[in-house]
Amino acid sequence: MLPNGKGHFNLDDTFFGGRFVPETVMSTLEELEDFYLKIKEDESFLSELNYYLKEYAGRPTPLYYAKNLTEKLNGAKIYLKREDLCHTGAHKINNTLGQVLLAKKMGKKRVIAETGAGQHGVAVATAASFFGLECEVYMGDIDLKRQSLNVFRMELLGARVIPVYSGSKTLKDAINEAIRDWVTNVRSTHYVIGSVVGPHPYPMMVRDFQSVIGKETRKQILEIEGRLPDYLLACVGGGSNAIGLFHPLYNDPVKFIGVEAGGKGLHTRHHAASLVSGSLGILHGSLSYVLQDLDGQITPTYSISAGLDYPGVGPEHAFYKDTGRAEYVAVSDEEALEGFSLLATTEGIMPALEPSHAIAYCKKLAPKLEKDKLIVVNLSGRGDKDVQVVEEALRRK
Amino acid sequence: MNRIDERFVKLRNEGKVAFIPFITCGDPSLSLTPKLVLELEKGGADIVELGVPFSEPLADGKVIQGATERALKNKVTLSKVIDLVKDLRKETDIPIVLLSYYNPIYRYGIVRFVEDAVRASIDGVIIPDLPPEEADILKEKAMELDFATIFLVSPTSTEHRIKLITRYSTGFIYYVSLEGTTGMRERLEETIQYNIETIRAFTNKPIGVGFGIGTEDQARRVAEVCDAVIVGSAIVSLIDKNKDNEKLLEIIGGFARKLSIGIKKVRK
Repeated sequence: MLPNGKGHFNLDDTFFGGRFVPETVMSTLEELEDFYLKIKEDESFLSELNYYLKEYAGRPTPLYYAKNLTEKLNGAKIYLKREDLCHTGAHKINNTLGQVLLAKKMGKKRVIAETGAGQHGVAVATAASFFGLECEVYMGDIDLKRQSLNVFRMELLGARVIPVYSGSKTLKDAINEAIRDWVTNVRSTHYVIGSVVGPHPYPMMVRDFQSVIGKETRKQILEIEGRLPDYLLACVGGGSNAIGLFHPLYNDPVKFIGVEAGGKGLHTRHHAASLVSGSLGILHGSLSYVLQDLDGQITPTYSISAGLDYPGVGPEHAFYKDTGRAEYVAVSDEEALEGFSLLATTEGIMPALEPSHAIAYCKKLAPKLEKDKLIVVNLSGRGDKDVQVVEEALRRK
Repeated sequence: MNRIDERFVKLRNEGKVAFIPFITCGDPSLSLTPKLVLELEKGGADIVELGVPFSEPLADGKVIQGATERALKNKVTLSKVIDLVKDLRKETDIPIVLLSYYNPIYRYGIVRFVEDAVRASIDGVIIPDLPPEEADILKEKAMELDFATIFLVSPTSTEHRIKLITRYSTGFIYYVSLEGTTGMRERLEETIQYNIETIRAFTNKPIGVGFGIGTEDQARRVAEVCDAVIVGSAIVSLIDKNKDNEKLLEIIGGFARKLSIGIKKVRK
C-alpha cells in the first residue's frame, strides 16, 4: 500500500508527502527507512513491541458502546475507541514505544521530540525512561504555559523540556527547533516525530505504529456487532490518531470523517483547519495542505486545543481528501467545549480537548442518522490535562 | 554561459578562490539591500547570495532567524526580491543567486519562478530543503534557461548521495562544513579538507564551502581547500549590530574587504 519508495502518495500527476529537508539528515532518513522496512517484517521486533503494547501500555483498549450518549443524541449507535485508557492517557504511546524501541535497536543514545499539548512529549519521555535513552523535548513557550502539568510530568519522567521562544511559540516552532537539534546531533539522536507528518518515512512509520487502533477496532466491532461500522470519526491536527483508526479500514465500505480545529471560526484567521481551508505547500519536510499566505509564508494558527494547533497535516490525509476517501470538517472551540461537557455529563468520561472536537461533530451527525447506523469515535486522549483550560473557558462564558 | 560559470572560469585562470557573501534581502530594509550588495561587490565579492525570508527557517541558527524575522516584518516576498534584483541590474553585473526555502518558490510556481528569475537576471538558486530527488521540475526548467541550481553536500552525505548531488548541481556545489545550522563557530571542522577531496573524486565543478565561517582567518584557511568561501551569519550579525549606524555601508564594505583579502591571498 501507499506511499511509494520516495514517500509519495501519488494522485494523477501530483503527489503528497516526499522528503523536503536539509541534506544533513537525508542519509539518516534513508538509513531509518531501510531499518524500519526491515524491522517491520521482523517477528522478534513485532512480538517484543506487541508485548509492551499489551503488558505495559494496556492494549487492546476497549471499544465501548456509549449507551447514554447514544440515547441522548437519539440517532446512530455510538462506540468510543478508548485510547484515553492507554498508559499516559492518549494514543501517543503506540507510536513512541515503537519509535523508541526502534531507536534503541539502531544504536541511538538519545531521542528528541516536539510536543504541542504535551501528550506526545509525555509519551516519548515515558518510552525513553522505559528503554533507558536520554530524552529532550522541545515545546513552544505558549504551549508550555497552557499545559504546565504535562511539562512537570515530562520532567518527573527524567526528560528535559526545552522552551521554544521563536516564531509563534507553539507546536510548529517546536518542530523547527527539534529539526535544528537533529541536524546538529544526527549521528547520536533519533527524532521521534509525534504525528503522521514530516519527511518520508515518518508519515508511513507513525501510521503503521498507530494502525493498532484501527486493527483492534475492526476486530472488536465485528465481534460485538457482527458487521463493520458506517462511520469512523476522529480529530485531526497532524492526524495520527485519525490515520491510525482509518488506515486499516481503507478498503472497507466505511465512511471516514476527520474533524479539524475550527477555533474561533473559519471566517476568522483564528483556526487550525489545514485540510478544510488550507492550500498545498511544503512544511516540515512534506508536501501537504498547509495554512499559508499568498507568498508561501506559514500563517499563525489558533485552537483551544494545543494538540490541534498546527498549520499542517499529514500527507496521507491530503491524499484521502483529494481522492474523496475521507471527508474533513471543522468544529469551533465552543462546539468542542460542548462536546467535552456532553461526554462528561452523559458517560462520566472527560475527553481531551482534541477528541472533544470529534465528539462535537458526532453530536451533529448522530441525530441525523437511523438508529441502526454505527459510528465509532476515536477517543484519542483523556481530559485531565485540559481541566484548567476548560474551567477558564467556561468561566469566561 | 551563465555569469556564475564565467566568474569561476576567470578565477580558475587566475588561480583564485571566490568570495561569496550572504545577506537576507530586506534586512534591515528593502532600500538598503541594493546598497549593501554594491558595497559587498566593492569589498571584493565575486558572487552575492540573497536570502529570501521564510517563516520557518529550520536550517538556520539564531542570527539568520533574526534577519528573517526583520525581513518578514518589512513584508519582503519572493516577488519583491526578484524585482529588487531586476532594478539592481542597472548598476551591477555581479552574479547573484537566491537562497530560499522551497515553500515560497513552490507557492510562486516553480516554472514561473525560474522564468521570472532569469528575466530579472538572477543567476541561480540554492534551496536548503530541496534535495535533488524532489527537484525534477526545477531542474528541467533551469537547464533549459541556463539557470544554476546549486545543491548542498553535507558531512553526512553518503557516496551515492554525493554522486547524485554533484550531477544535479550547476554553477557550483555547496559544501556545508558542519553538522548543524547556520552560524558562526569558534573552530573550523577538521573534516572539511577530507570531505572536499571525497567530493572532488566525483566532479570537476567548483566547490564552495559555507556554514560556520566568520573570520578572516577561517575564510583564508577554508579557501586553501575549495573554490569559493561563503560567509553569511558574520555579515548578517554585523548588519544587525549597525543597522542604525549611519556608517553601516562602510562597516559592511570594510568587513567584506577583510574577508576578501584573506581569501585572495590563497593561490592555486
